[in-house]
Amino acid sequence: MKRDSLLLGIAATALIAGAAHSGSITAVSWGGAYTKSQVEGYHKPWTAATGHVVVSEDYNGGLAEVKSQVEAGNVTWDIVDLEMSDAVRGCDEGLFETIDPGILPAGADGMAAEDDFINGAITECAVANIVWSTIFAYDNSVLTDGPETIADFFDLEKFSGKRGLRKGPKATLELALAADGVSADQIYEVLGTPEGVDRAFAKLDSIKDQVIWREAGSQPPQLLADGEVVMTTAYNGRIFNAVAAEDKPFTIVWDSQIFDTDLWAIPVGAPNRDLALEFLVFSTAIEQLAAQASYISYGPARKSSMPLVGSFHSKPDLMMGPHMPTAPENFATAIANDFEFWADNQDELNERFNAWLAS
Amino acid sequence: MVEVSAVEISGVDKAKERRKTLSDASEKSEFVVFERVQKSYDGETLVVKDLNLTMARGEFLTLLGPSGSGKTTCLMMLAGFETATHGDIFLAGRPINNIPPYKRGIGMVFQNYALFPHMTVGENLSFPLEVRKLGKSEREEKVKKALDMVKMVGFEKRRPAQLSGGQQQRIALARALVFEPELILMDEPLGALDKQLREHMQFEIKHLHERLGITVVYVTHDQSEALTMSDRIAVFNDGVIQQLSNPDDLYERPENAFVAQFIGENNRLKGTIESLNGKIVHVAFDDGCQSKALAVNCGGKGSRTTLSIRPERVALGWDEESNTTRGEVLELTYLGDHIRYRMNVHGNPDFVLRLPNTSGHAELAVGESAKISWKSEDCRALDP
Amino acid sequence: MSDSVNPILAADGTPLKKKLGQALFRSRVQAFGLVVPLLAFVIVSFIVPIVVLLWQGIHDSRYAELMPGSTLALSKWDGITEPTEEMYSALVADLIEARKQKTIGKVATRVNRELSGTRSLFTSTARRAARLAAPYKDALVEVNVAWGEIETWQAMKVASRVYTPGYLLAALDFSLSADGTVTRKPENRRIHIKLFLRTLEISVVVTVACLFLGYPIAYLLSSLPLRTSNILLILVLLPFWTSLLVRTTSWIAMLQAQGVMNDLFVAFGITGDDDRFSLIYNKTGTLIAMTHILLPFMILPLYSVMKAIPPSYVRAAKSMGATDWTAFWRVYFPQSVPGIGAGVLLVFILAIGYYITPALVGGQDGQMISNIIDFHMRKSLNWNLAAAIGLVLLVIILALFWIYDRIVGIDNLKLG
Repeated sequence: MKRDSLLLGIAATALIAGAAHSGSITAVSWGGAYTKSQVEGYHKPWTAATGHVVVSEDYNGGLAEVKSQVEAGNVTWDIVDLEMSDAVRGCDEGLFETIDPGILPAGADGMAAEDDFINGAITECAVANIVWSTIFAYDNSVLTDGPETIADFFDLEKFSGKRGLRKGPKATLELALAADGVSADQIYEVLGTPEGVDRAFAKLDSIKDQVIWREAGSQPPQLLADGEVVMTTAYNGRIFNAVAAEDKPFTIVWDSQIFDTDLWAIPVGAPNRDLALEFLVFSTAIEQLAAQASYISYGPARKSSMPLVGSFHSKPDLMMGPHMPTAPENFATAIANDFEFWADNQDELNERFNAWLAS
Repeated sequence: MVEVSAVEISGVDKAKERRKTLSDASEKSEFVVFERVQKSYDGETLVVKDLNLTMARGEFLTLLGPSGSGKTTCLMMLAGFETATHGDIFLAGRPINNIPPYKRGIGMVFQNYALFPHMTVGENLSFPLEVRKLGKSEREEKVKKALDMVKMVGFEKRRPAQLSGGQQQRIALARALVFEPELILMDEPLGALDKQLREHMQFEIKHLHERLGITVVYVTHDQSEALTMSDRIAVFNDGVIQQLSNPDDLYERPENAFVAQFIGENNRLKGTIESLNGKIVHVAFDDGCQSKALAVNCGGKGSRTTLSIRPERVALGWDEESNTTRGEVLELTYLGDHIRYRMNVHGNPDFVLRLPNTSGHAELAVGESAKISWKSEDCRALDP
Repeated sequence: MSDSVNPILAADGTPLKKKLGQALFRSRVQAFGLVVPLLAFVIVSFIVPIVVLLWQGIHDSRYAELMPGSTLALSKWDGITEPTEEMYSALVADLIEARKQKTIGKVATRVNRELSGTRSLFTSTARRAARLAAPYKDALVEVNVAWGEIETWQAMKVASRVYTPGYLLAALDFSLSADGTVTRKPENRRIHIKLFLRTLEISVVVTVACLFLGYPIAYLLSSLPLRTSNILLILVLLPFWTSLLVRTTSWIAMLQAQGVMNDLFVAFGITGDDDRFSLIYNKTGTLIAMTHILLPFMILPLYSVMKAIPPSYVRAAKSMGATDWTAFWRVYFPQSVPGIGAGVLLVFILAIGYYITPALVGGQDGQMISNIIDFHMRKSLNWNLAAAIGLVLLVIILALFWIYDRIVGIDNLKLG
């Protein structure tokens, strides 16, 4: 992936050789199909329009690298794709440049950018590009009469077999409460009390023996394909790609999906700060967000982009709309990830979760 | 003492046959027997070719030869660390091909002594007694006796690394003797010592051998060591015993050119046999001159031969009964008790003449043409 | 020996000892000069970073630096009585400044480590701090009732200490309160001691497994001709040369429930098709994978030591009447002990700090202490706690070294 975009960058540089203002920025993202969607949706059009080159780098999320670069005064990254909680936290710690929302292009009918973006997608230091979600999926060739609700995921009697879960309290505790009957809008309220935390862990206890814990986002499709688990939580784009691109017999259960946004942010002291800002504005425009959505089933963060979302890039008859987390039929019981809650409680809940895992 | 658990059928038959025919006397003279033994490591070349060797009880036999000649392989086959590819080895009348080394009861001294570095001298010595399940007091007694034998009493608590090379050598010897084996094998045991110590140890080993009456098979590539110590010497080359005889025969009556050259200093002259007259042959050198020689190991008229003359058997001056010729002095070396002249004789520029440094001896200068002579019986016609 | 009253003099009258010292000085300086570049490199790239990092385990000046007024006010407070108006006003002044300097996130993160939930309290209050007016106590409580609770202030007081044993205590599952008392954490939050013990257990098992698997291999290698042993040595080193991903993928393919090993077990009737063994994503997986990857570290020192043991020792033992086993056990084995010592120490030290392999194949009960350090380094960004756990780990390793030295002797070590 990285090499592809690098080659592309070289080719583009060759094409516009002699152009006066050709520069290059380093964009850091999560790799795999996700970075590919950004290369197709943002990087290539930007290079075509401006002659500037985007060099892709992969990372595994988190603020550790940005933090060490900024604190050492040796920043090599120009723009970083982040989860919401990291974007907010990094901003509070002064790791990212503040971004004036006024520079973002307006929406479809001249609607201000701040209104066009979905709620909370523009923060002090970062601008969202996609909406992704944590869902769970199963192999429909194994479970022909598959699970339909999150309660089924925790029901070992109805569906026996191993479950895949991400090794961490985030999303895991929410799902446990949802399966225990807490409604989507009450989740964080309940989780904010000691009894709620106990309740979530008690629910997890009921399936603990049957859980295979994973860390990387690329693992769930593999675990399903290998038959290691009968169902697993996953990022919806990964499962969609396994189905669309590799024809895997997986089905996504959207009940109690937990959606979150990914955002672009520019580290303080980025070597090509102005170009990076230019790229950020370009890539969060309506068309670009819509274009990247035809490579992966993560929803565009702008309302105006939704109508423009077409079909999967390699399958003209596979429309992307119904596979987006934001599609109405998927969204009924959706839980909005509360980054504030996690910023406040992750130390304690991580500790509790790790202790629970090790016991 | 030695138990045979599984012996191949032919071996058993041979052993029975042998035991039947062996009287006490022949058992004594046939203590160790190699019978048509061959050894190959790679299946392509033979390291030991058809070896036949018989050793008497109490004998000190040295296997002498250059490295790679097969002498160590023979020793290892006898010790049981290598197996013969073909043939049988008998010890005291018993075939030992299928007896593991630890049941053979053969003492061994290794080139690097192989003293166990993690044990003290005392522990090293009592090791063979321990594995024989001897009691503590008996062990201590025997260890003390063995140390006494090599004059190393008082060193029990030392580690091998704290001993000098000569002391280690003595301990290695004591360890090989302590369990009173009838046969001791020594694999170049003095190779790591300096010259003086080596000569000293040669006599000590020799004396121990005489005192204890044990049988020793000794491997070395040092011919003077072999000559000093041995009852008999087997000269190895290329996997074959070239000559097996006592030291003076070996030196004075070598049977082929290799032995003549390998043992002591030797002058070689190449020529063609002109005529045969009983034990005496006439040999023509390539420069046309002639000499008479003792026919030992040579072909008939017209065949090539190598004449071997010991340097001390060449005389200065002419003598009616001897073969006479001239040699040009190329170099002289003063060696104290004698003077060594290097000459060009019949085209051989390495012809050596040794003159005792007696008072009034003749003096030759470099470049001088000297008259020299040798007796026909001191000049042996050998294989080319 | 030497006469202490009249020291031996050199030809020019100076004492011989002094003269010798002068003569040796030059060569010492030269030797030192040769080492200097490496020494400088090691200090700059290894020792300094480690010391700086470990320093963070007991030193955290974030709050004190960023909230100087509040720190001063807190230092005068006893931690039990009602917080004073002075403390409130100092806090507001500091919050306004921290908001301006964009350092409020750091402050909030720091206090949040002492009391969960205070992060948003700090960031949201800081946003409105500039608009607050005296009396600040009432104003702050109106913004958030949490400002009226003494726990909040106690957390701030703990956070305001520059030198703190808090992280080290946390690394050992204790917590430090504002009045300096130390208490054990509640049962369901104790994690580190458990992981330290498990780390030691896994390391010991892996080391023993490596020794039992590696010893015969090393013995075989050392007794083969050089050409053959070199080829086999390449096979031994193969795990070094394969990428982590390839290795992990093959472990998964071999060990997973539908993998090769389980298929074989089912085929041979060792287990039923519905009752396959869990060989990966648990402690078993960690043990198998770590033994595999660490095996070369056992084999190589063993091999190099065994290679140097002349075959004549065993031959000598056998010629003296020792059976194969006695010759091995009494003569060969003791001489291979330095190799065992080196291999065991190497594997154990490497194992105790392992984290990638357990992270990939360890599942829930195959995690080790380094995984928690990694977690705090990369995910929670609590470098102080990571440093404190690292410090504890370092102390444990040094203690084990010391015990090893007492039992085996460090000079009995041979690395090749």
